Amino acid sequence: MQYHSPTSFSDAVSIAAEAQGTTRFLAGGTDVLVQLRSDLVEPDTLIDIKHIDGTHDIVQNADGSWTLGVAVTGAEMSEHAELCAQWPGLVEAMDLIGSTQVQGRATLTGNLCNGSPAADSVPAMFAAGVTVSVTGPDGTRQVPVDQIPAGPGKTNLAKGELISAVHVPARGTGGGDAYLRFIPRTEMDIAVVGCGVNLRVEGDTITEACVSLGAVAPTVLLVEDAAKALIGSTLDDAALDKLAAAAAAACNPISDKRGTIEFRTHVAGVLAKRAAKIAYDRAKG
Amino acid sequence: MSKVHVTTHINGDEVDFLCDPRETVLDVLRDRLGMTGAKEGCGTGDCGACSVTVDGRLVCSCLMLGVEAAGKEITTVEGIATEAELHPLQQKFIEYAALQCGICTPGILVAAKNLLERNPDPTESEVRYWLAGNLCRCTGYDKIIRAVMDTAADMREAS
Amino acid sequence: MALDSLKTDGFKQIGTRPNRPDGLDKVTGRALYGADVTAPGMLWGVIVRSPHAHAKIVKIDTSKAEAMDGVKAVVTRADFSDAIQPAAGPRGEMWNVLENVMAGDKALYDGHAVAAVAATSQLAARDAAKAIVVEYEVLPHVTDVDKAMAADAPVIREGATEKSVPEGMHPNVVRYHESGHGDLEAGFAEADLVIEDTFKTEATHQGYIEPHACLGTLGGDGKGELWCCTQGHWNVQKVCAALLGLETSQLRVTASEIGGGFGGKTAVFIEPVALALSRKANKPVKIVMNRADVFRATGPTASTSMDIKIGMKKDGTITAASGLFRCQGGAFPGAPMEFTAMCAFAPYNLQAVKQTGFDVMTNRPKQAAYRAPGSPMAAFAVESVIDQLCNQLGLDPIDTRLKNASREGTQASFGPKWDRIGLVETLEAAKAHPHYSEPLKEGQGRGVSCGFWFNHGGETAVSLALSEDGTVQLAVGTPDIGGSRASMAMMAAEELGIPYENVRCTIADTATLGYNEISHGSRVTYASGLATIKAARDAVKKLCARAAAKWGIEEDAVKWEDGCAVPSGPNAGDHEPLPLAKITAKMGATGGPIVGHFEATPEGAGVSFATHIVDAEVDKETGKTTISRYTVVQDAGKAIHPTYVEGQFQGGAAQGIGWALNEEYIYGEDGRLQNAGFLDYRIPVASDLPMIDAVIVEVPNPGHPYGVRGVGETSICPPLAAIANAVSAAAGVRLKQLPMSPPRILAALGTHD
Repeated sequence: MQYHSPTSFSDAVSIAAEAQGTTRFLAGGTDVLVQLRSDLVEPDTLIDIKHIDGTHDIVQNADGSWTLGVAVTGAEMSEHAELCAQWPGLVEAMDLIGSTQVQGRATLTGNLCNGSPAADSVPAMFAAGVTVSVTGPDGTRQVPVDQIPAGPGKTNLAKGELISAVHVPARGTGGGDAYLRFIPRTEMDIAVVGCGVNLRVEGDTITEACVSLGAVAPTVLLVEDAAKALIGSTLDDAALDKLAAAAAAACNPISDKRGTIEFRTHVAGVLAKRAAKIAYDRAKG
Repeated sequence: MSKVHVTTHINGDEVDFLCDPRETVLDVLRDRLGMTGAKEGCGTGDCGACSVTVDGRLVCSCLMLGVEAAGKEITTVEGIATEAELHPLQQKFIEYAALQCGICTPGILVAAKNLLERNPDPTESEVRYWLAGNLCRCTGYDKIIRAVMDTAADMREAS
Repeated sequence: MALDSLKTDGFKQIGTRPNRPDGLDKVTGRALYGADVTAPGMLWGVIVRSPHAHAKIVKIDTSKAEAMDGVKAVVTRADFSDAIQPAAGPRGEMWNVLENVMAGDKALYDGHAVAAVAATSQLAARDAAKAIVVEYEVLPHVTDVDKAMAADAPVIREGATEKSVPEGMHPNVVRYHESGHGDLEAGFAEADLVIEDTFKTEATHQGYIEPHACLGTLGGDGKGELWCCTQGHWNVQKVCAALLGLETSQLRVTASEIGGGFGGKTAVFIEPVALALSRKANKPVKIVMNRADVFRATGPTASTSMDIKIGMKKDGTITAASGLFRCQGGAFPGAPMEFTAMCAFAPYNLQAVKQTGFDVMTNRPKQAAYRAPGSPMAAFAVESVIDQLCNQLGLDPIDTRLKNASREGTQASFGPKWDRIGLVETLEAAKAHPHYSEPLKEGQGRGVSCGFWFNHGGETAVSLALSEDGTVQLAVGTPDIGGSRASMAMMAAEELGIPYENVRCTIADTATLGYNEISHGSRVTYASGLATIKAARDAVKKLCARAAAKWGIEEDAVKWEDGCAVPSGPNAGDHEPLPLAKITAKMGATGGPIVGHFEATPEGAGVSFATHIVDAEVDKETGKTTISRYTVVQDAGKAIHPTYVEGQFQGGAAQGIGWALNEEYIYGEDGRLQNAGFLDYRIPVASDLPMIDAVIVEVPNPGHPYGVRGVGETSICPPLAAIANAVSAAAGVRLKQLPMSPPRILAALGTHD
């Protein structure tokens, strides 16, 4: 395994573009090192992106949007008071991943690029409308985050491409987000089901909504019918029931060591309701 | 496979070593530097027995490569006590029997010390969640949680 | 030993809570565990394991690995003794161990060792292990206990069945147990309510945080040294010597500090492999298991399938009880079905009872002891049925258990009459505990259960040597798995009348003491404790003899009091008390070193009962359970160091919580273990648990000088049932299968039909 620690994205791209065999980018390493240790993936080329300028920064832009460096850790996000105040669902989703120790290393970008449908931060990013900068041999483009996952363990990034920044929209007024996951313990588990909700209200009425589900399909899902169930409502019982039904209907899970098809489908609806209530309360302030 | 030369600081001392890029900080500490205080319970970040701090941040040393240690300040369980005396947490852990077999103890002490540096007055729930990544199979955590809470109280009183 | 020779009060050391002697080493990272030592020129060993649940080993090609840089030795089954032959029953156990340590013709489970390699670094050894090519012919497999007994199940191994197994059973059923007394039919006829139900439990792992590790050296001269984390190094010595064809005494084994065992480190797995590699490479070899291999290839406990039938009168009297226990213990005989059967109804004084056990083989790793092996599952099934009976008859669960409780003199369900036991005292203490009367909150349920485990004596040797300055070197042979060095030093100090700090207790290596049985069966504080007391008394006798010689009086005219030799009465003359340190200061000139000994097999072990109370909340929308309050009440006989006794109570309860709610071995259709890591083998984390109240009841064991009972294991017996009873009450539906995972609870609630 060759280890590289470039100081610019262009260097990282050229190393990756020229590399033979398996290439992995190293941010927090909480997945890459586990796969290495477990003999699942031994990269031929490992490119540590933490020495690139700006990868550790959390910046709020003039328009209120946020730019997060790709090596920003979960702990750094949780310690950022303003980011927590504006995007509590996104920060909490990231914070749910692993232990305090893992939080000291894990990143949003790593969670996204690992390609797990059960990744906690990914449904929250889907719901929040996060976009990412993708840098490759042909330059940099901005891509909605829901276009990155391709299936379990797979992304749509091409050879030589990597994510170079994470962009979180401006929160604006009347907005609130939430993410909940189900795990059998209180900590340290992989989500059996995850659900992100991001919405906006005018008065008591929901005007915009986005609902996402994790661990119920080969990739994280954006559930349009679930969002439709919320928009125009005041989150009354009928809307919540419609939401739960839409969430359950969108599920296409498997039965595995963490949960059954029936369990995941049912709990997706339960979590959608609970997350929507939290997001709604946050939106109303 | 060619080895990489790394210079870092461990418990205040400058240390350098050669390592294979696949070796973790835990491998380096234990097998190259003879510092066996950090333990390997799982090698995959699930048990916390290998906890150290890197630039003040709590991490699992099994989830960080040796080559990433360059230029960092690493603190291990061996660096908690001063030459003169034990850290209050160490003292309290002995007094409360907050260890049975003791294999998780180094990691728990590193993690608990890091918590108290950030939050001198944690609730029981905060202590439990902070330490959720440090598995203990012997104690049921009861005496560990009490030891951390009571050390925090002692340290607040002393300061 | 008669009860009147018991010392139960007036102690100076016993019952206090001093700091453990190994505390400083363990909080500073200085303590040396299995993986913490190195030797000059040391190699690293890695074991190649079968990915198949059941397969014929056609060919092992080691040529590529052997050609790699840094590779010094490769071993397979051919490198172990061929003198050990298979046989049914106990005669075949050494062959079972060998077969498990290194597969012969067949791989019998996912993770079964098939070859091993030693190289100059751990990475080089791992790379070389990957280069060993094993050709398999995959065979049909079975991992479920009920399926393994069915007619169409593949046979794991012919010829393993003991004669006691009834005719017509599948060859995978290898051992059988039956015990009980009374007229069952009449008993059930007398009952107002009879409940019959079936229960299942999955295999769980001991989950010690320290993986197995060892460092071995073996020369061509047949002399060896071995350092390893084990609960019993004399057993390691015996097994390694047999597997490698050595003379036992030529192998010295030193027990490292041990990072948890709970029964799982009573067995031998990697040590013979390290020695075989060392013999071939002529260098020291270290092997450290990785976590996945610990789960795949070291002993979990048995999984079970159990049928229980109990009859009860309206007033709560149990009229009859029977149980059928099918225990699966992996690809070898040894599932603890006789313990399951014997413990099942032990808490109750029954006129008619019968228990039947089956030991069943499957394609899983060889089961190993796990804290009260076999008993927790039996309690889960039996105490669940008792709870159902109490619920349906409107009876208080503690009163009902008190009404039927085993006491001194009643006949145990498995035969003998009970000696002095403390079950009633634990039930009364539980009933009086504020927890039992605390009102439940909405959504909570409360569960109660009793539990029982034996205590064991076993071969024990202790040596207590006095130093010139009057301090004491106490050598015991039972690895310290939970603070026992403190308890031993306390007992020695108590007898000698000296400060606790003046005793240094060491776990001696196999060259230093006679044979010591493994630290198991909750025996250490009982047996090594008794041995320590007896060795101290032996030393005291010798100290008194020196004083007698000095004073010129008869030896029996001197007694020992508060750390001094004193004349035993006015007739012995007027002599100043002679303190221990004054005698030892001159011992070189007065007859030489003074050493107290004990070498025997103590027979007076005293069993321990417990009663647990637990409150649980169930989220009926998700099936998730939260344990909101937990109280352990257990009979310790006499708590030597109460803090460590509490620790045993709390630790057992926590492991029981994991077993009840989330821990399980999950096998895929392919027979491979799906959750070989702490991520998906879900032991409780700190945020999962409440504080665990520990109430120590002391009903002295007449078989120990201070009344000690073993306490380590009983604490895991009641939790499964207590939690099942609480969860069933909270959920409003009876849970009959462990773990009570959220999907199982939702399925039981019929939420997602």
